[in-house]
Amino acid sequence: MTRTVVIGIGNRLRGDDAAGVVVAEQLRPRVRDGVEVVSCDEEPSRLMEAWEGAESVLLVDTVSSGSPPGTLHRVEAGEQAVPARTFRSSTHAIGIADTIELARALGRLPRRVRIYGIEAGGFTTGAALTPAVESAVAFLVKDVLHDLEEERCTSAR
Amino acid sequence: MPRRTIVTDYLARVEGEGAMTVQLDGDRVERVELRIFEPPRFFEAFLRGRSFLEAPDITARICGICPVAYQTSAINAMESLCGVEVPEPIRLLRRLLYCGEWIESHALHVYMLHAPDFLGYESAIELARDAPEAVERGLALKRTGNDLMTLLGGREIHPINVRVGGFYRVPTRRELRALVEPLERAREAALETVRWTVGFDFPERLVECDLVALAQPGEYAIERGRIRSSSGLDLAPAEYDEHFEELHVERSNALQSQLRGGGTYLCGPLARFSLGSAHLSPLAREAAAEAGLGDECRDPFRSIVVRSVELVHACDESLRLIEAYEEPERPAEPVEPVAGTGYGVSEAPRGLLYHRYRLDGDGTILDAKIVPPTSQNQLAIEDDLRDVVARNASLDDQALRGLCEQTIRNYDPCISCATHFLDLQVERR
Repeated sequence: MTRTVVIGIGNRLRGDDAAGVVVAEQLRPRVRDGVEVVSCDEEPSRLMEAWEGAESVLLVDTVSSGSPPGTLHRVEAGEQAVPARTFRSSTHAIGIADTIELARALGRLPRRVRIYGIEAGGFTTGAALTPAVESAVAFLVKDVLHDLEEERCTSAR
Repeated sequence: MPRRTIVTDYLARVEGEGAMTVQLDGDRVERVELRIFEPPRFFEAFLRGRSFLEAPDITARICGICPVAYQTSAINAMESLCGVEVPEPIRLLRRLLYCGEWIESHALHVYMLHAPDFLGYESAIELARDAPEAVERGLALKRTGNDLMTLLGGREIHPINVRVGGFYRVPTRRELRALVEPLERAREAALETVRWTVGFDFPERLVECDLVALAQPGEYAIERGRIRSSSGLDLAPAEYDEHFEELHVERSNALQSQLRGGGTYLCGPLARFSLGSAHLSPLAREAAAEAGLGDECRDPFRSIVVRSVELVHACDESLRLIEAYEEPERPAEPVEPVAGTGYGVSEAPRGLLYHRYRLDGDGTILDAKIVPPTSQNQLAIEDDLRDVVARNASLDDQALRGLCEQTIRNYDPCISCATHFLDLQVERR
């Protein structure tokens, strides 16, 4: 069976920045065998290690690109470069977009890399998810489960 | 030549948000500014009214790259005021945790942020395409530093296991032994890093300002020490404010430090190495000698070689500390608050980090002052930049901009750290 890794990225203390981690938590009890769900910070070698040996990786992160809050962005990063403007995010030099491009350059990127970006409504310290992001999280959890099911059927064929 | 203005609106490969402006009239340099526009972060104000025991965890949040530096300087200030000296095994564990931070921070800067400048790449990603083995080496080194921080600190970013008086939990010998092999590999990688960086091309540069670093008899000062300078200062942490001052300039959200009464100084790897190279481990000293560094190094471009030598030292020192480790009787000493002012210093990867706290008798923080290395280095960076521009005014704009940005990155500025301050004055009539 294909090994798939789902990685939720975010900071629980920063409002909508928690979205990726919340998605991971909601997915964890519901995924089939062979799917690993992890919450992760952006430390590049940590991310690369999390997807080491996987054929497919799904990353979920919050983005701030100017779209309405709750908008879902989807990027197939196995095929195309990650738009650095949307996934810039880190004040500490190496964010998601850079890590993926770094892994690509090093030949350490899984064949299939799908990134879901949830457009944030706010990053207030200590705040809960905003309603728009909360609905996007619920929608995305269903969508990812569907996606994983489809992947299983495709690989079984 | 006409008047030219060279601007970089958003400096790449530094931690935080800053910009640079250089103005030339013909070959004459009119204005050089490092502008820090990352918003002020008000940490000194949040600390007021909090317990003295909270300072390490609150200040750790100032930086995701060097949280241990903040925790250590805060703890040093509190413990010295409260008259507590922790047992040697606790101090050595702190030093070991701090070595993890040096490894992680230096590996990030050398490989991901700084090396691309010397090799003509826009970023580490392009470098990785042409030299994957070098970038893998850097990532592995950084990872070993992170692993050390995770084991001792509870997690790799903003450790949660550090407290005034010691730790919440100390590792077993067995847990530490597990890091011996990765650290031995990291030490090899660090030696390779020295050999790699020394082969880069270096423009000849010398900074002449005063160099300031901690000194501690018999060791390369990291987690404690007295403040020394190349001009002969030798100060207890409590004397810092008598000799250094911070000024606010309009263009920067960070305060700029200077020697009282005027005078630029530099802290960080060049200062540490120049004042303390004799105390590096024999292996690190040997690597420095092979790299042709001599006893001191005042060349900011060669700071990448000095950082690499410090990587060797930090790996070597970690192995020595693990070998000598004896579990302390208890993870922390009790600390009772004392009213008064406490002073703490340590050597963050980027240089001297000074903390001062005033406490009341029940341990409430009344007032805090934090001076990070990047604030202290701002004037030196601008002076160096002015001189680099003057000497290279004949370059075209693009080449000059590249050289200027590299000049700034030579100092590994952490802009997020430098804007932690609060200096807000409201005048009412």
